[in-house]
Amino acid sequence: METKGSIPLHGEADIVMCRQTVRKLAQEMKFSLVDQTKMITAASELSRNTVVYGGGGHMRWEIQTEGIRNALRLWFEDKGPGIPDVEKALTDGWTSGKGMGIGLSGSKRLVNDFAISTVVGQGTSVMIARWK
Amino acid sequence: MTEGQQRIPILRMGKCLLVTIQVDLQDQTALALQDDLSAKIDQVGASGVIIDISALEIVDSFIGRMLAGISGIASVLGATTVVVGMQPAVAITLVELGLSLQGVKTALNVERGMQILAGTIDEVDTSGD
Amino acid sequence: MSDDLTVIGQILESDRAAVLQDWLGEIRATAGLGASTKTLNADTESLLKGLDKGIKSGQDGTHLDGTAWEALKDALEELSSSGAAQGISAAQTSAVVMALKRPLFERVQARLANDPVRMASGIWTVSTLVDRLSQFTLATYQKTREAVIARQQQELLELSTPVVKLWEGVLAVPMIGTLDSNRTQLVMESLLQRIVDTGSELAIIDITGVPTVDTLVAQHLLKTVTAIRLMGADCIISGIRPQIAQTIVHLGIDLQGITTKASLADALALALKRGGYIVTRAKA
Repeated sequence: METKGSIPLHGEADIVMCRQTVRKLAQEMKFSLVDQTKMITAASELSRNTVVYGGGGHMRWEIQTEGIRNALRLWFEDKGPGIPDVEKALTDGWTSGKGMGIGLSGSKRLVNDFAISTVVGQGTSVMIARWK
Repeated sequence: MTEGQQRIPILRMGKCLLVTIQVDLQDQTALALQDDLSAKIDQVGASGVIIDISALEIVDSFIGRMLAGISGIASVLGATTVVVGMQPAVAITLVELGLSLQGVKTALNVERGMQILAGTIDEVDTSGD
Repeated sequence: MSDDLTVIGQILESDRAAVLQDWLGEIRATAGLGASTKTLNADTESLLKGLDKGIKSGQDGTHLDGTAWEALKDALEELSSSGAAQGISAAQTSAVVMALKRPLFERVQARLANDPVRMASGIWTVSTLVDRLSQFTLATYQKTREAVIARQQQELLELSTPVVKLWEGVLAVPMIGTLDSNRTQLVMESLLQRIVDTGSELAIIDITGVPTVDTLVAQHLLKTVTAIRLMGADCIISGIRPQIAQTIVHLGIDLQGITTKASLADALALALKRGGYIVTRAKA
């Protein structure tokens, strides 16, 4: 079984491919149906952000064994405009229900581990992970 | 089907429209569905719309907004929308995601959805007298 | 491949049967008869075969990675699982593997008697190799036990929160004990699934058996109810004792229009009423 890979995120079709890829990985790792659904949904949100707001990019994935547990880690990376105020994006989108915010803050709640690093004018990288 | 353009078929049952979503929707397809439904509601003078999502394993914020959008547009056009068959895993995820789908009526299956629509039609009729 | 492993390989090549007998004897002597599982003979033999195969391949055996070491890993796992399943302790399972040291030491000494430096190195290699095998066995043993415990916990959890059908289209879940995140998740999932399976439009969650309700518990309950409503069904929470009602008000918890009833009986009465049923008593 492969333990890492990467897929491009440039258009809408890639968002669907992203969901399918993450589904396959989550199934291989034998996540419960609910955990699979949460992970795939978070991936859908973040991949859309990459395509729509990040000007395109890619998703890197890796299956990591950390002691007794297995983790599926995903990185959504782009070289887009970056996010000026991350705190705001994490709460604002949540309240307005529009834009990338709901995807960002929502995804955070669907996963076990979440990290975001962004530099205005250089790009953004969002990492999410779920473990079994 | 032409490459790259999925289109969801809309069935008509009297004054009701039935949409069954069975594929992993591309964003475009969802938007096309919104357009197609709005046009059809108007064209047919539909009073009810049922959207069957029992085959949908993933409902993210885009699809969620699409469903809420259809519900709102239909309402303005005088039709009631009921979304039926939401899977447990989807419901749990939507709650965690924080998507409330406010204003969208839901039912367990198509049969129940039709009952709700029948009830609504009755209501509208009596209040119209 | 190191010289030391070569020597061990040669020993296994020429003396395997004898090593096996000595090992079994050593097991009886040190680990005691209690360590004898029904499959001990077969397990130990497979282990030696696997070890032989791995050494012959020349692949690095530091972490037992690589296809050449698969056979050995399988044998170790077999030994460990048989032990765990038959109730043999981790210590005894480990002792079984450790007992392989003496037969190998003796033969290394015999072969390298004229070269004390190589002999010392050979014995060190045997020692670290067997230690590694033992560690692997322990790790597998632990995993097997943990899997058993996890499965038992799951069964306990499922048994303690059954979803029952109270009436046509009415399901009930009596919650008993503290409501933690894990438990509520499980109840939520099985309740939602039963709603879909039975097409029940009403679920009653009875919390008579829940000692305290704090903001966290309330949050969990609210999430469950929201999910139920999203699916097109509805929910009543019953069994709210006066103290809990007070806590809810004091904490300012907003029940967001969820119907609540003091008792399961009241909730059932409401459910029947909503369903359009009228209950009359037959003349005595």
